[in-house]
Amino acid sequence: MLRILSIVALFLLSALPVRAEEIVAGLSQNRVSITATFVGSEILIFGAVKRESPPPQDVPLEVVVVVEGPSAPITVRKKDKRFGIWVNTDAMELAAAPSFYAIATSDTLDNTISKLDDFRHLISVERSIHISDNPFNINDPREFTDALIRIREKSGLYKRLENSVKLAQDTLFETRIALPANLTEGDYRTRILLTRGGQVTSEYETIINVQKVGLERWIFNLAHEKPLIYGLLSLVIAIAAGWGASAAFRMILRN
Amino acid sequence: MQIYLPIAEVSVNAFLLLGLGGIVGVLSGMFGVGGGFLMTPLLFFIGIPPAVAVATEANQIVASSFSGVLAHLKRKTVDLRMGCVLLVGGLIGAALGVQIFNALKAIGQVDLLVKLSYVLFLGIIGSLMFVESLRAIMKSRKGGGVPKRRKHTWVHNLPFKMKFRTSGLYISVIPPIMVGVLVGILAAIMGVGGGFIMVPAMIYLLGMPTKVVVGTSLFQIIFVTAFTTLLHATTNFTVDMGLAVLLLVGGVIGAQIGARIGVRLKAEQLRVLLAFMVLAVCGKLGLDLLIQPAELFELGAAGGH
Repeated sequence: MLRILSIVALFLLSALPVRAEEIVAGLSQNRVSITATFVGSEILIFGAVKRESPPPQDVPLEVVVVVEGPSAPITVRKKDKRFGIWVNTDAMELAAAPSFYAIATSDTLDNTISKLDDFRHLISVERSIHISDNPFNINDPREFTDALIRIREKSGLYKRLENSVKLAQDTLFETRIALPANLTEGDYRTRILLTRGGQVTSEYETIINVQKVGLERWIFNLAHEKPLIYGLLSLVIAIAAGWGASAAFRMILRN
Repeated sequence: MQIYLPIAEVSVNAFLLLGLGGIVGVLSGMFGVGGGFLMTPLLFFIGIPPAVAVATEANQIVASSFSGVLAHLKRKTVDLRMGCVLLVGGLIGAALGVQIFNALKAIGQVDLLVKLSYVLFLGIIGSLMFVESLRAIMKSRKGGGVPKRRKHTWVHNLPFKMKFRTSGLYISVIPPIMVGVLVGILAAIMGVGGGFIMVPAMIYLLGMPTKVVVGTSLFQIIFVTAFTTLLHATTNFTVDMGLAVLLLVGGVIGAQIGARIGVRLKAEQLRVLLAFMVLAVCGKLGLDLLIQPAELFELGAAGGH
């Protein structure tokens, strides 16, 4: 009986080598509140590697941290010269593209994870961008997805932070990911992966919740749920503010 | 102080917005124009999404015209009857304009439409104003210009005539309605009050006396832009309350300062300056269309094309 059990245990261990190293992780905050004075936020992602046996010495441990914002369909348009002016000519619709995407790695991305595991675990941002229909009128769809990535990288929404995960004694790791002010609301899926020799050995997942709060939440909801009341209210408020400001200014001048 | 705008979903400096409002306010106070045609492009430049800029600017214009109309009503320089006829046209135009705006937004050409409209209208108005005011300056140098006599044009031969007592006119309602429709479309598409089109049209096309022109156009503008604001708010959800209030507070104070500067300058000089400004905005937008942009691609909301 004991022998059978140990064989089963051995079998399980060999089938699940990933269990050899486990991630114990934490976030500085798993809620981001967008208020009137929101200017972005920095999230500290940290943790440790828990092991039962000594780590293998031959291949170094690497860490990948991926933070991914909610996905939404998007249209990418291309300008071309028509009649002497630059106008939008081609458009490609993407079924889904993440609104935010940050990859932090402890080495360069290529050194941290193999192409195969990148595909398998959907690490690079390209893997999370889905082209919807077969874009028959587009010669080069790649050009459009590249443009999307380029534009969002420029505005700080997509980032590739190589060599930014600090790893101490192959056990403790930490990284900081800055979230810009123009964030979309929703659940930000946060993944931490351990790799050895380019292969993922362990994975941990959690959620960061980003939400407008207070006045921002109230205004946004009102605008979308009761647009007519919102529209009337903005007119009244604007007229009152304009009137008030001019009355106040005249009073200041008179005194 | 950075402030997060809930509808535009961008974070901008509150003082930058107050300052922009103030500068445009000074100009609008000096020249007696609404300033929407300057503010909307400036909002594009600081990164407010065009759809939000256009809708919010309409909201701001309502409020900034409001105190103006009160002053004109007190002085009895508003032709309410003419204002209502222009308004009927304006409401039809605004409804049409928002439809056009949404249709073009769906096929990704709304930026082009807005910019082309700006280049076209600012170009025409700017050039006309420039030539006209240069002529006025020349005439005043020669001394004693002859006051213009009202000519009998095709406008006076149309049916559905109506008496406009305040303006001292007996003309068909068709031309004012047409002017109203045009201004309504422009208000919806360009995020402007349309005073810069309506005022010349009222003087030269309808032959209204100059003293009632500004009050009457403001009267029409308030209702048309209020209607446009509501249409944008209910169909596009693009009116940003916070943005409008910040621009307004700066704008109203700026307008008071501008009005005080304005009375010290001569009317012809003012008009030449205004013409220059209109042409400068037109030139900048025109160049943007002609020069190859650094980024050929742009991102838009999904849905329909």
